[in-house]
Amino acid sequence: MTANLKSGLREVAIIGYAQSPQVRQERVLNEVEMLMPEINKALAEAGLTMDEIDFVCSGSCDYIAGGAFSFVGAVDALGATPCKMESHVEMDAAWALYEAWIKIQAGEIKTALIYGFGKSSVGELPDVLSQQLDPYYLAPLWPDSISLAALQASLLLQSGRYNERDFANVVVDSRRKAKANNNAQLAGDVNAADLLAAPYIASPLRRHDCCPITDGASVLIISEKSAIPNAALAANGVRPVMIRGMDHRMEVHQLGLRTLDDSLSTKQAFAQVGSQSGIAVGQYDFAELYAPFSPQTLILKDALGLGDKVDINPSGGPLAGHIMMSAGLDRFGMSYRAMQSGSANTALCHATSGPCLQHNLIAALEAC
Amino acid sequence: MSNNHVAITGIGQTERYRTKLTCSLAGLVREAALNALADANCSWDDIDALIIGKAPDMFEGVVMPESYLAEALGGVNKPVLRVHTAGSVGGSTAIVAANHIKSGLFKRVLTVAFEKQSESNAHWALSPSMPFRPHFNSGAGGMFAPVIREYMRRSGAPDDIGCQVAVKDRKHALRNPHAHLHLPDIDLDTVKNSPMLWEPTRFLESCPSSDGACAMVLTCEALADSGSHKPAWVHAMAMRSEPSFYPWREEVNPHASRECAKDLYAQAGIKNPRKELDMAEVYVPFSWFEPIWLESLGFAEEGQGWKLTQDGSTSLDENGDIPWNCSGGVLSSNPIGASGMIRFAEAALQVRGMAEQRQVDGAKKALGHAYGGHSQFFAMWIVGAEKP
Repeated sequence: MTANLKSGLREVAIIGYAQSPQVRQERVLNEVEMLMPEINKALAEAGLTMDEIDFVCSGSCDYIAGGAFSFVGAVDALGATPCKMESHVEMDAAWALYEAWIKIQAGEIKTALIYGFGKSSVGELPDVLSQQLDPYYLAPLWPDSISLAALQASLLLQSGRYNERDFANVVVDSRRKAKANNNAQLAGDVNAADLLAAPYIASPLRRHDCCPITDGASVLIISEKSAIPNAALAANGVRPVMIRGMDHRMEVHQLGLRTLDDSLSTKQAFAQVGSQSGIAVGQYDFAELYAPFSPQTLILKDALGLGDKVDINPSGGPLAGHIMMSAGLDRFGMSYRAMQSGSANTALCHATSGPCLQHNLIAALEAC
Repeated sequence: MSNNHVAITGIGQTERYRTKLTCSLAGLVREAALNALADANCSWDDIDALIIGKAPDMFEGVVMPESYLAEALGGVNKPVLRVHTAGSVGGSTAIVAANHIKSGLFKRVLTVAFEKQSESNAHWALSPSMPFRPHFNSGAGGMFAPVIREYMRRSGAPDDIGCQVAVKDRKHALRNPHAHLHLPDIDLDTVKNSPMLWEPTRFLESCPSSDGACAMVLTCEALADSGSHKPAWVHAMAMRSEPSFYPWREEVNPHASRECAKDLYAQAGIKNPRKELDMAEVYVPFSWFEPIWLESLGFAEEGQGWKLTQDGSTSLDENGDIPWNCSGGVLSSNPIGASGMIRFAEAALQVRGMAEQRQVDGAKKALGHAYGGHSQFFAMWIVGAEKP
């Protein structure tokens, strides 16, 4: 039996991951060239060949590449024939993972390769994202993503729960942890007092409160339990990490209709994952949260009820490197990486989409 | 759980796939969704998840529009997924939605695909100058013209087969109140005398630029009888992709098309699609793709597909044995992102016996088909009147 008795879910494991360096600007390689080495690395780690992958699913955004069908060229990275069962979401690749996970739950496939990529450096990302807003009432005003996150941060300040020093401390923590992450773009020892001396770019946000513009690509490989290549993984020293539950929820788009200093959809998804996985909040060793702006880390931490015992973003998180369209998938990859040493066994993964945390995905991971 | 059967209990389309200058994007998708809910006899609250599909965001200028559209489609507090697989997207979105049911995690999902081409210019959106790549300013018609010329050379088909397809599908469209183009006076001469756009494809051998949305409610087996009408059942579904260019690429009869069809027929236990299927809704955006897909999908031997067009086998008006595109097809309505789902939904309407004037008598099994990109992304399903 492959079903987890508690939830009826098929057991699915992450068995490979690779991520390109999260650079400020990749001047030479195009998207496919960034992606291909990572596909090969992830396959090698999982001990699989492309022909053994049942399904491929990716996440990317045309408006980041600046042209329609940005995902089409990336198919080149998969090889030609035999042809792939392949799909794509115009969302963060965490949702491509969700699509693949659903396909495994449906019994259609056993193995899947998921990738996401983006070169945010070629455009003006905050302005590009303003065109994600309601095209009649919001987008014509070009409210950029940083300004909207600043509005959200202001509401969080007004709630009295946090102050700007708390925002800065999130950044201090991120940069310090990122020192151990070779792919991080921003890492090092900084202190809150120095950060608070920096000017605002959109009050109350300072430059360091925002995730860095990043170019990169990442690849994750999953397998249904019965198809896990155990011998190859053992030879590669890979510890499979099971996905015990996954859910995502959408909120209202209009910012004025949302409780911006909370994340209701995160709570909904987390409750669902709790019932799927049977893992209680206190049991998580760490959490990888896709919070592109420092105050959002605090909003998510509160919404999830994560106490101070749960380590948040041991990879440094999106503030240390943020591949737009893959940063959510990277939370899974980074969690899987962190569990390889055996020092942690349970992780909570989060991904987000839309302005000001409109849409949130939660998953529970547990190492075997 | 993999034995969960998937039923289509609701289908909704916008009133007509024509240019809608006074309708918002949200209004457009909501109209189709409400029609699907009414057919399925359920309300927004009964829907567990929302799966949205559309082709490139540049067609409307809204980046990742599911964030904005979720509310109009009752998606708040629910899982919402946005699929984009080029022209095949309407089909692959339906397949992703069906997998949600098949997973056992969801009992009833709403899937919606749309395009509002009047917001932009598809030729422009398809032809941007991209960094690191040669500028390919051809649009879809220019991209497919050499493929069509090669098909004509290989098959030796008469020059006017494409024109015959164009007439046949537009006559079918007169039976379909949703079709964008209603051209009551169309005949072979009108098509032949229409302007040549991309040799050998004439203006009237091309799809129009349309606005519209198509929606379906899919349910698990236990809920299948809850709709107002009899459901259709998913018998098989398949997707395949291949890169745009590689040395052994076969553009006329693509590897991905053949492998997708093979997988599909194996699942449905079909050996002779022409005999065992009652009709097909196949993505034919330019006329000559009817004979091209007739061959690739196994309805005719290679080089012989055009004969089915010529002898009326694919025509409802001529009582053909295997009518193709009774709805008028993509040649009569092309809201690009929705076009694949319209094919899938029209196939389902046929086996439910709900296709009204365009109904194939006693249709029990039908094919829905979509393709996209440079003839490289394929999505197909077979639906039946009976449980598989």
